[in-house]
Amino acid sequence: MIWQLDLAILTLVIVTAVATIAVKDLLGCAILFGAYSFLMCLLWAIMAAVDVAFTEASVGAGVSTVFFVAAVFRTTRRTRD
Amino acid sequence: MKTAGIIIVLLAGALLLYATRDFPPWGALDSPASTHVSPRYLQKAMEETAVPNVVTAVLADYRGFDTMFETTVIFCAGIGCFILLRVFRQRPGDRYYRHIATEITLHIKGGRIPKKSSEFERIDALWTPYDLIIKTVCRILVPFIQLFALYVIAHGHHSPGGGFQGGVILGASVILLAISHNMRTAIDRFSEKTNNLLMAIGVFIYTGIGTVCILLGAGFLDYRSLSAVLFVDKIMARSHGIFGVEIGVGITVMAVMISIYNNLASAGKQDEGL
Repeated sequence: MIWQLDLAILTLVIVTAVATIAVKDLLGCAILFGAYSFLMCLLWAIMAAVDVAFTEASVGAGVSTVFFVAAVFRTTRRTRD
Repeated sequence: MKTAGIIIVLLAGALLLYATRDFPPWGALDSPASTHVSPRYLQKAMEETAVPNVVTAVLADYRGFDTMFETTVIFCAGIGCFILLRVFRQRPGDRYYRHIATEITLHIKGGRIPKKSSEFERIDALWTPYDLIIKTVCRILVPFIQLFALYVIAHGHHSPGGGFQGGVILGASVILLAISHNMRTAIDRFSEKTNNLLMAIGVFIYTGIGTVCILLGAGFLDYRSLSAVLFVDKIMARSHGIFGVEIGVGITVMAVMISIYNNLASAGKQDEGL
């Protein structure tokens, strides 16, 4: 495990996680959550849990982002609060 | 209220961070997880099941009962989305048809639905002209994605992957078709009825293999007894049993992913969507 790479990815995970909650735009929120899932996938791969990384990449970063976008498509663009 | 929420979240986060100090270091040999069960699986899985990927052996054989209910959970998620979102009785609402030669759009409000013809094509309310590049690239990509998904399911014994991942990728290929063309194109190729049937068939394959094991005189999901019907020795029978189970998981996951997407994107009407 290379600690510099680990630190960089962990920082990005926290940044994307906070950004997902903070962003008002729902579509941006869905895309940021996809980025978060992909960074988690990289973390699993670094920790040699390749099966989990594969699942995270296909389910978390792939299909669930599509589901969120499909759900956002059925809403108005911005929240009211 | 908002500040109270933030304080609670920060407190809970600090508690969790404090609790991680009790964790064994990453990959420690003397941690409880890697002292009893893990070494046994790592040493014996290959000779007992003939599956080089220990994760697959543990998921589908040693912990087969667990994975069976995981598949059932996904099946229930699909059924739940179907029941919540699907609109069964709908009046024929506004429809838009485009005359292909002259690109004139007709707006039909209720009443009789025109027959299918080669001169007119039905378009969504928010239709924009199809992008040729996106359409062509996606059409070429879909078969390769499906081939890769089948490889992931079939090669789960030797490399990372298996029923769940392969099923998700198979479902994603059909979803890609629905996104790049329109939802009706995808539903024409893969109808809702087939899809809902496949959701149940996948779980049926999994539990069916378990039941066959009982009928052959062993415990539920004890694949060794399958050697009598598959004409292989008991170790290879376990390997083949795992493969059969993975196929069931893959079918269920694929059908559930497509069903959830279709119901979400079309708000349960299954005709117009993203």
